[in-house]
Amino acid sequence: MNNERSQTSSVEAVKPPRMRIGVVGWLRANLFSTWYNSLLTLVTLYVLWQVVPPFIRWAFIDSLWTSTGEECQAVDGACWSIIPANIRFIMFGFYTYSEQWRPAIAVVVLVGLLVYSQYRCNWKKRLIYIWLAGLVGMGVLMRGGIFGLTPVESTKWGGLPLTLLLSVFGLTAAYPLGIVLALGRQSRMPAVKSLCVVYIELIRGVPLISLLFMSSVVFPLFLPEGVTVNKILRAQVAIILFTAAYIAEVVRGGLQGMSRGQYEAAESLGLKYHQTMRLIILPQALKIVIPPSVSILISAFKDTSLVVIIALYDLLKTTQSVLGDPRWMGYSPEAYIFLALIYFICCFYMSNFSRKLEHQLDTGR
Amino acid sequence: MNQTSPNQTEPATADDAIIEIIDMHKWFGEFHVLQNITLKVARKERIVICGPSGSGKSTLIRCINRLEEHQKGRIIVDGIELTNNVKNIEKIRAEVGMVFQHFNLFPHLTILDNLTLGPMWVRKVPRKEAEDAAMHYLEKVQIAEQAKKYPGQLSGGQQQRVAIARSLCMAPKVMLFDEPTSALDPEMIKEVLDVMIDLAREGMTMLVVTHEMGFAKSVAHRVLFMDYGQIVEANTPDEFFDNPQHDRTKLFLSQILQ
Amino acid sequence: MPQDETSHTGTVTPSKAPFWYDPKVRAVFFQVGVLGMVGLLGYYLMTNTLANLERQAIATGFGFLEKQSSFEIGESLISYSAADTYFKALLVGALNTLLVSFIGITLTIILGTFIGIARLSTNWLLSKMAAIYIEFFQDIPILLQLFFWYAFFYEILPQPRQAINLFKGVFLCNRGLIFAIPAAHPAYKYSAVAFLIGCLAVYLMRRWARKRQDETGRIFPVFRAAVGILIGLPVLTWWAAGAPTAMDMPVLRGFNFQGGITVSPEFTAVLLGLVLYTAAFVAEVVRAGIQSVSKGQTEAAASIGLKPGQILNLVILPQALRVIIPPLTSQMLNLTKNSSLAVAIGYPEFVSVAGTTINQTGQAIEGVALIMTIYLIFSLTTSAFMNWYNKKMKLVER
Repeated sequence: MNNERSQTSSVEAVKPPRMRIGVVGWLRANLFSTWYNSLLTLVTLYVLWQVVPPFIRWAFIDSLWTSTGEECQAVDGACWSIIPANIRFIMFGFYTYSEQWRPAIAVVVLVGLLVYSQYRCNWKKRLIYIWLAGLVGMGVLMRGGIFGLTPVESTKWGGLPLTLLLSVFGLTAAYPLGIVLALGRQSRMPAVKSLCVVYIELIRGVPLISLLFMSSVVFPLFLPEGVTVNKILRAQVAIILFTAAYIAEVVRGGLQGMSRGQYEAAESLGLKYHQTMRLIILPQALKIVIPPSVSILISAFKDTSLVVIIALYDLLKTTQSVLGDPRWMGYSPEAYIFLALIYFICCFYMSNFSRKLEHQLDTGR
Repeated sequence: MNQTSPNQTEPATADDAIIEIIDMHKWFGEFHVLQNITLKVARKERIVICGPSGSGKSTLIRCINRLEEHQKGRIIVDGIELTNNVKNIEKIRAEVGMVFQHFNLFPHLTILDNLTLGPMWVRKVPRKEAEDAAMHYLEKVQIAEQAKKYPGQLSGGQQQRVAIARSLCMAPKVMLFDEPTSALDPEMIKEVLDVMIDLAREGMTMLVVTHEMGFAKSVAHRVLFMDYGQIVEANTPDEFFDNPQHDRTKLFLSQILQ
Repeated sequence: MPQDETSHTGTVTPSKAPFWYDPKVRAVFFQVGVLGMVGLLGYYLMTNTLANLERQAIATGFGFLEKQSSFEIGESLISYSAADTYFKALLVGALNTLLVSFIGITLTIILGTFIGIARLSTNWLLSKMAAIYIEFFQDIPILLQLFFWYAFFYEILPQPRQAINLFKGVFLCNRGLIFAIPAAHPAYKYSAVAFLIGCLAVYLMRRWARKRQDETGRIFPVFRAAVGILIGLPVLTWWAAGAPTAMDMPVLRGFNFQGGITVSPEFTAVLLGLVLYTAAFVAEVVRAGIQSVSKGQTEAAASIGLKPGQILNLVILPQALRVIIPPLTSQMLNLTKNSSLAVAIGYPEFVSVAGTTINQTGQAIEGVALIMTIYLIFSLTTSAFMNWYNKKMKLVER
């Protein structure tokens, strides 16, 4: 048998072929690795070349940023001036002009709460109290009537605060209901289980718009004579009922993901049902379901735009009203692109957070 | 020497090499994962490759059936050179069988279908013939009664034996084993090693990446030690374990053989 | 020796606990309580409702379905006029929902699959563009997208007189997408029949090819033959029936186009919005499905000598589809539910027609109930399908 001696120390460092490293190597591997890929690259570059420069010219070079509607008519480019000229109405709707600092602060508080809640080191019990305090504070700011703040009817609330309120409050109020529904669906008692199943499948099977219609025209019929509830509250209830069904399914997934061993350990310690749930199962299950819950928050945030259809002045409707103004007619693309950017930034931030969190929870196990 | 182990001094005809690797280099980006590999594998020869993790042993055998691509040097299998030529690659893959650390059985097919897939779609064998051959190999690895089950219903050791049978169905000339027992529970390692010893006894050319030194001692013609992408030492098992030449080899052996 | 309650034979009889400690009894009481509360709530709401309805002189029941609707509907698949009943109006709406959903689902699956695969491409440029598309279209509310496309049609596109001529016989203007279609001729009916026959032929051919492969081992190029049949047979029939080439071309007469087919801006906007939005989600589903198949599967298949096309068909796709189909069905259902948003831009689908009906008859409860029922039918059918599919395709494990 041969003894193949090694050539370890006598080999000088050999460099990889030059065409395979650095910029050229990257281009070769990623864009031009096969004839088929090269063709795709060229076609994509061509399409981009056709689309991007005209768009840049329209959006940035020929565009106007602060002008009046008439000045915009004369120019070919984008009329972004529609935004700064109407920003306060778009953002706050019909809220009393002089008091608009209040919803502005409310929005900042809410965003601050959301940012604070991202960091896992803050996930302690006091987070719930901080949220409660924050939401109550927001309500007081918006509503007024105490602490010397002039009262502002909720019918006048609109724009970004309304969108945020409907989605965030909707999710937070829907969560307890969702947990109850999920537990009920898992229950072995047939009556409870059927009620929960019927509710969840019914709500998940219908579009949100039908529930919003219901809130708008049918809820008033449910109330005794003389009792009226304002439109925003009705829409909020519809959103809560809707979101709760989706949360129930997500929590159910989390509960099913818990190993049987946890239930058995709790039982053998002698814990009662509600203690088991409160102390052992739910804390673990809810941690698992945070990423899909963020998903639901993102959907809720996007879905608030539907209240346009029942004539509530959220961000989308305020923008549409501005477009109805004869001075600013015809500039829908600019207005919608601006709105799209707002939604995109918020949703992208949230979904990124959800992805990072999922990754952390996965690797942390 | 153990009576049941294959005769190690049986000469592997050195000039009729079935695998020839000449000055092969491979980089992952800038990282030089395989350096200056030169190796000749004769027909019926059995080689065990060992070394610390990251030494490039798996990458080496994966280059032989083009699961990895080498950038410099030549690899010739059964007279066919391994290049970008797709036809060559296909021919080589039909002659080279591979057994993976994680078995990689197809979960959506029965055991029998797992085995007949290759012969029917690559060698265009009729179904009956393919199934008969499959049952023959399943009997060989002593798992014929599981033919209609699905991989998810089998234990790790059983799955790996099926994986070996699946490769054998293509009647390969060379079998590559990439740490075949590393993912198995200890009590299942023996059943897989026994199958591999049977294969060796029948004269299969085998390249095995493994930490099972007992297997190396009893079955291998040569043991290769790899470190940092190079073949540091290569020798007969007796010489290798009793008389390691290089410090790195000695260090590795001292860590592995407690 | 201490006295205990053992009998003389040495066994202990357990003392009977009060029945209200028995978990089963508790469960019954609890359920009765819950049902009672729900019943009470329902009763309360119902009495209020009936009182309110009576006070506002709103009718109840579904009798209104037989009354005359007295409103026009812009687009309809069947003939309809204001003299028809509410029932027919709602039928028109339902058909419109089905039309936009069906076309939307087909286009979404095609576009979504393409983008999902592009996302996984080794071509960096393609992969990044797909990623940007997915992120962008997922994060913008669907309603906003619908409004955007609607505004695109009505504000950006020109009048018919200055319509954009994309290709010969295809025009884009603020009246919609107008294109030429082949003039009516029996040859097209025959071709349609030929296509259906072709589908049957392909099915039979697959079975024959499989049998032949089992017996002789030879592989028949089923895919290529299928494509040939499905295209060739209708074309041959068309040619045999006289090869008519007359086209019904849209021609500008006065202020508008005559002839050809006009697809309304509302329909196009709804379709564009729904497809582009849902395709982003479908792309993620397809990508997750393909990635769920571990790399080892491809390697094992390659190492036994299968060609890339065979690896895809025999190993990757069967496993990937199992992961893709359930969420894909959810997305298709979402598209159908989202089509209800077309009410906001005036496309007369079911919710839109039902909304008008509610406005006119005042019967909100029946109207909303109808809307919910129709969508529930869609959802429950889809759920049933998904459950059946999941059971059938479950990978067999210990």
